[in-house]
Amino acid sequence: MGLRSFFDRIEPQFTKGGKYEKYFPVYEMVESFLYTPKTVTTAAPHARSYIDMKRIMTYVVLATVPCVLFALYNTGLQTNLAIAEFGASGWRAGIIEALGIGFNPANPIANMLHGLLYFLPIYIVTLLAGGAWEVLFATMRRHEVNEGFLVTSMLYTLILPASTPLWQVALGISFGVVIGKEVFGGTGKNFLNPALVGRAFLYFAYPAYMSGDTIWTPVDGFSGATALAVTASEGPAALPGYGITWMDSFVGTIQGSMGETSTIACLLGLAFLLATRIANYRMVVGCLVGMIAFSSLLNWIGSDSNPAFATPWYWHLVMGGYAFGLVFMVTEPVSGSHTNLGRYIYGALIGFMVVMIRVVNPAFPEGMMLAILFGNVFAPLIDYFVVQANIRRRARRNA
Amino acid sequence: MEALISLAVKAIFVENMALAFFLGMCTFLAVSKKISTAIGLGISVTLVQAITVPANNLILTYLLAPGALAWAGFPEVDLTFLGLISYIGVIAAMVQILEMILDKYFPPLYNALGVFLPLITVNCAILGGSLFMVERDYDLAQSTVYGISSGFGWALAITAMAGVREKLKYSDIPDGLQGLGITFISAGLMALAFMSFSGVNL
Repeated sequence: MGLRSFFDRIEPQFTKGGKYEKYFPVYEMVESFLYTPKTVTTAAPHARSYIDMKRIMTYVVLATVPCVLFALYNTGLQTNLAIAEFGASGWRAGIIEALGIGFNPANPIANMLHGLLYFLPIYIVTLLAGGAWEVLFATMRRHEVNEGFLVTSMLYTLILPASTPLWQVALGISFGVVIGKEVFGGTGKNFLNPALVGRAFLYFAYPAYMSGDTIWTPVDGFSGATALAVTASEGPAALPGYGITWMDSFVGTIQGSMGETSTIACLLGLAFLLATRIANYRMVVGCLVGMIAFSSLLNWIGSDSNPAFATPWYWHLVMGGYAFGLVFMVTEPVSGSHTNLGRYIYGALIGFMVVMIRVVNPAFPEGMMLAILFGNVFAPLIDYFVVQANIRRRARRNA
Repeated sequence: MEALISLAVKAIFVENMALAFFLGMCTFLAVSKKISTAIGLGISVTLVQAITVPANNLILTYLLAPGALAWAGFPEVDLTFLGLISYIGVIAAMVQILEMILDKYFPPLYNALGVFLPLITVNCAILGGSLFMVERDYDLAQSTVYGISSGFGWALAITAMAGVREKLKYSDIPDGLQGLGITFISAGLMALAFMSFSGVNL
């Protein structure tokens, strides 16, 4: 227990009256990352629960592990496939060559390592830039830095394209953390998902780097449309012509942001989150029902001019960020609705909006990010009406 | 009929008065602290908008537009330069009538809205609605639909804003940003979410 006694020895320096009193949040952050937080409820009533914020946040990070692993594999796979055609360039290819690994897309290890060279820089920049803001706000405002930031930075990294320039990564996470979260007082006080705020900021500020056909695989000269871009312009029937089958999309070996391509990896995460009861199943059910109902309605209506109307629900499920958003962002408890009935409505609103944006709005082929932000905006209002309805019903019952 | 539905959807979501055009900001920011008040104000704005836009459309078609006075024997008269002042006059009169009705029949709402009800007179969303009507050459049916739906869109935005602000009561906002500061930031973030409709062509 050398580390524990080290913490115990230096702790008085940071507590009230100590020499480094100002830096207590930093100390607290490092200590509570490594050990179970010591703080317990002091005022009655006492409820015994093993769930604390540290555990919730750590579980969410654990749930992203399948997505992260697949992100590494698929980023490397797509890059290696493109390199076979266009040739290698850049420092990452230099490292791979120096290590003698090669660019064989059939070799999973080579793919993973190549993917890692794209994933890691983005993740490190996210942690550094976002972490700097977190610590700055925590020290100035004397609140704690908690594991929620690890969740935000992991989700943010996974929804970026692999070719995002690192300065944009830093800019986006700064906007997300500061404007999306810290100006409201930190974790649990925000009304929008900070990772999505950062991503949406980048999307609208630098559209050339965030959408199109050339950005998903970071090889010069490469161009590959995402499944969503194809359906938006030519309809789902055209997908096999681009070599995208439903199974590819389900497994995730397609173009897309790093961590969101694989539906099956997201579903593994969902199973974990539901089993540990971190995610609320009501939101997931609502979101699925909303998406399936509205996309089936559009299939039934049909359209002569817009081929995307014909996209069936099982394609919506596996394309783009739907599965990732459903698992990790719709279920986020802070920015979602807080009442049980409200959670169904909130989920359904997002499910409806995502299909609406994908199919009806020609400006954006992908809609999950904006749909969730839209749901976040209306979540408090949904709660309000649910609570008012409950009050009225109870008043009637007791009248 | 289909065109009118498209117009309504467009006015509510795509060209939302508050979050796409940022019209009617003063009341939007000032009266969005409580959901119930916001709903009340939203309803009154929708009402005023639903009356004034078609009323101004009639005034434009039968009095002000070039050649509109042909029925009175002045086919060459063009009174469009009187447009702004007539629209404002109509809006002021309508708000006055609405105020009297609310005072008589819905006193709690009247008290809750307070000074902001007369302020609807100078709410830019209301005048904006009438001016958009002129600029886009709406006929009477279109202006009725546009009036109702643009008012409803504004009401939706202010109600959502009030919901967010009620939630933010539990937040720990830095001293310098409390009150209007954080409201401006929230309105901007909400506009970001409403971007999901930008580009929809109906």
